[in-house]
Amino acid sequence: MTEAGGDGGSPLLEVTDLVKHFPIKRGLLVDREVDQVRAVDGVGFEVRRGETLGLVGESGSGKSTACRSVLQLIKPTSGSVKFEGREIAGLGRRQMRPLRREMQMIFQDPYASLNPRKRVGQIVGDPLKRQGVASGSELRRQVQELLERVGLSSEHFNRFPHEFSGGQRQRIGIARALSLKPKLVICDEPVSALDVSIQAQIVNLLDDLQDEFGLAYLFVAHDIGIVRHISDRIAVMNEGKIVEQGTADQVCETPKDEYTKKLLAAVPIPDPRESRERVRNS
Amino acid sequence: MSAPLLSVRDLRVGFATEEGVVQAVDGVNFDLAPGEVVAIVGESGSGKSVTAQTIIGLTRASNARIEGSVKLGGEELTSAGDASMRKLRGERIAMVFQDPMTSFNPVYRLGDQIVEAIRAHRPDTSKKQGKERVVELFEAVGIPDAGRRVDDYPHEFSGGMRQRAMIAMALALEPEVLIADEPTTALDVTIQAQILGLIEELNRERNLATILITHDLGVVAEVADRVLVMYAGKVVEQGTLDEIFYDPQHPYTWGLLGSLTRLDRPRPHRLPQIAGSPPSLLDLPDGCPFRPRCPHEFSKCPEYPGLEARLPDSSDHRDRCWLSPEEKREKRMVEGQIGLEAPREVGQA
Amino acid sequence: MTRFVARRLMGMITVLFAVSVIVFVVFMVLPKQNPAQTLAGKNATPVLVKNIEEEWGFDESLPQQYLTMMKKVFTGELIQYSPRLPVLDLIVEKIPATFSLTIGAAIIWLFFGLLLGYLSAIRAGGWLDRILTGVSIAGISIPVFLLAPVLIYVFANKLEVLPNGQYVPFEEDPIEWLKHLILPWVTLAVLSIGFYSRVLRSNMLDVMNEDYVRTARAKGLSERQVMTRHVLRNSLIPVITLFGLDFGATIAGTAIITEAIFDIDGVGNYAADAVAKFELPPIMGVALYGAFFVVLLNTIVDVVYAYLDPRVRLGESASA
Repeated sequence: MTEAGGDGGSPLLEVTDLVKHFPIKRGLLVDREVDQVRAVDGVGFEVRRGETLGLVGESGSGKSTACRSVLQLIKPTSGSVKFEGREIAGLGRRQMRPLRREMQMIFQDPYASLNPRKRVGQIVGDPLKRQGVASGSELRRQVQELLERVGLSSEHFNRFPHEFSGGQRQRIGIARALSLKPKLVICDEPVSALDVSIQAQIVNLLDDLQDEFGLAYLFVAHDIGIVRHISDRIAVMNEGKIVEQGTADQVCETPKDEYTKKLLAAVPIPDPRESRERVRNS
Repeated sequence: MSAPLLSVRDLRVGFATEEGVVQAVDGVNFDLAPGEVVAIVGESGSGKSVTAQTIIGLTRASNARIEGSVKLGGEELTSAGDASMRKLRGERIAMVFQDPMTSFNPVYRLGDQIVEAIRAHRPDTSKKQGKERVVELFEAVGIPDAGRRVDDYPHEFSGGMRQRAMIAMALALEPEVLIADEPTTALDVTIQAQILGLIEELNRERNLATILITHDLGVVAEVADRVLVMYAGKVVEQGTLDEIFYDPQHPYTWGLLGSLTRLDRPRPHRLPQIAGSPPSLLDLPDGCPFRPRCPHEFSKCPEYPGLEARLPDSSDHRDRCWLSPEEKREKRMVEGQIGLEAPREVGQA
Repeated sequence: MTRFVARRLMGMITVLFAVSVIVFVVFMVLPKQNPAQTLAGKNATPVLVKNIEEEWGFDESLPQQYLTMMKKVFTGELIQYSPRLPVLDLIVEKIPATFSLTIGAAIIWLFFGLLLGYLSAIRAGGWLDRILTGVSIAGISIPVFLLAPVLIYVFANKLEVLPNGQYVPFEEDPIEWLKHLILPWVTLAVLSIGFYSRVLRSNMLDVMNEDYVRTARAKGLSERQVMTRHVLRNSLIPVITLFGLDFGATIAGTAIITEAIFDIDGVGNYAADAVAKFELPPIMGVALYGAFFVVLLNTIVDVVYAYLDPRVRLGESASA
């Protein structure tokens, strides 16, 4: 939840009719496309400056594919993705490079998303170096500042990922994402792989960083409880389409779509009496 | 009161590693009656999975030291021979594991793998009879089109269906005890609800005693009768479901309860968290293992607290915290809810 | 499954075709020298070269030349020129020797390689594992051209229990056939035994940690059942595919050194000879023979793999 719930004016990220199909090929001698997997099937949403849009859906809903398509990590089949008003769908790698400073991503698996052969200082500092922002001792200083800002210590600079716990590794991933001071951070299931007590820490950290740096988040997860906590607005995805969109309270308290209702009803209530009530009433 | 079906007394499991002895489980006690569901709750390193696997004898190894007692219907399991344990596994105690995607051998048909389990214990069963039984089981656990699906390979099933198949396999020989190790963690929430419903139904209809291992208190609230909360290999609190949720006595339990998101309540400003991270079992603090992360630490804490019933009216509700019941009642309320405040300075996880 | 096999067979034909074109281009089209000259070999006379030119039609279009070449290959008219003999016949004549050598060695290396690998894996970390690992690494490290002479020296010259070379056909004298092959078999197998035992050991250790092995134990299967039905079965899949490719390559000609040292008159030896004298027809013949076996084994391996691992079969129904 943000303090400044986004400003008026044009949205930071505007996605319209985004489509990503994966072809299914068959054939004896030559492969022919016989069908498609419609991973993302006409999706539209917007993220405003400084606010959090939660994208909630189960496995196979297409939410991860949608994120990658937005960032042009995979090429969308069709549709429009506008960042700060500029169309980026279909842009090649070179054209996307300067934009990478503005749009970053945090990944789900803290054990797989950090290069085990690189030291933490390198992992966090490489983006700064590549984009020519800083080098040498200035680079080091900035990286150490970042490490402290995400709750680690500047002396972790020289350590390797395997020396850290899952939660700490996720913090490293966050530091890396923030190093270029992006405007938009896409968080793809950032806490699912962590212990419950650590999840809360990371969510709170993301909240704090959003207030401090004015970040916009596209927060993707399957845990609607966490999504509700951190999001201003929520979009619910099912089978490649967005079935419902609205403010977090609207979607969670007065859902309109059948799937959303089903999703909310399935969340176990950590309260035995309520749970028994629910069973009696169903 | 009838004798418990399963009785665990002072179970300890230590592993010798290069860096020293890791005491993965340090004193677990509980009873399980027929038809009861006991939930063991904890995070990574808590020892909950090792406890479950030790009951069924899967942790026996040259570097493992198992002490204490596990009795099934009066028969001692910790000292039972390998052959006896093998006979017991699957037939009297069955286990369901966390990740349905990897728990079946991908190169054999799923039905065949269940028939294998049946024939391992009832060698006189023909393959045909075995398959018929599998179809029955599939129907019992809600797998549609059972007759055809018996011949499918694991990768042809979705995650939820595979988990149902795992449960079917566990039930094949009509065991007395079912141990489910994080059965729903790897599943989507709508599928999770279905699987939980299934476990509940089986527990009710067949009077199947169940040990449920999980980190998800929501799951516990729906299914469990009694709860054990484990931390760093030790049980830090145990009691009935209502006792744990409405009258928790240990700060770690408060922390777990507090860091849950509740859809039925307004959003808190900040998600209550537990500072720090679970300790390394090689480097435990003296006294209470939760000390470094506990905002309510005081002078008595360096003395190791025993697992005792500290409340006057409940002899089964036990915890390991030196605070008095009055202090606990007061300190556990944070902004009107049960939770744990962050201590002044703690390293981050 | 049938669709899969059909696809693979089509693929095989396509690859063989491509290989034949490459052979054609490399040997006939690319060299600056008149191909007829190259075909005629080192002792060519101008008359011979002229005859070859006519026979092979080098004044015609390239595709036509290719067809002529292929026709010659398939009808057994591919002739080497000194001495003047059909290549195909010679290859066929030498196949029994090469096959005896490679198939025999393959059986040995597969059996011992897997045995050592299995023992290493089930006793991983123990003294047996360490010894076997040492043996494996030694096997992998010893070069063939060192091992062979040493074996010959010890067993043939010093102890005089085994002959020092040459090949005796089975029909002629089975016992001699066997005696003459023992040292070559050992030479060829030693390297692969070491390699395969490492591969199997590594696979088994990985598979033993898999969740489904834990499930198998939890079901109450005996240790033996767990090891054979689950661990070994799954560990062997990559080994079998490796073997298929390896064996294909060996038949195709990597046994050259062994054949040369032991003076076994097989296809490898024939190829080595032809290369030394730079006789084109035999080289072409052996190239096609080699390609055929490699592609054949490759295809067989693909099909066997799909049979063993159902996930690989394309076109099966997706998950529900």
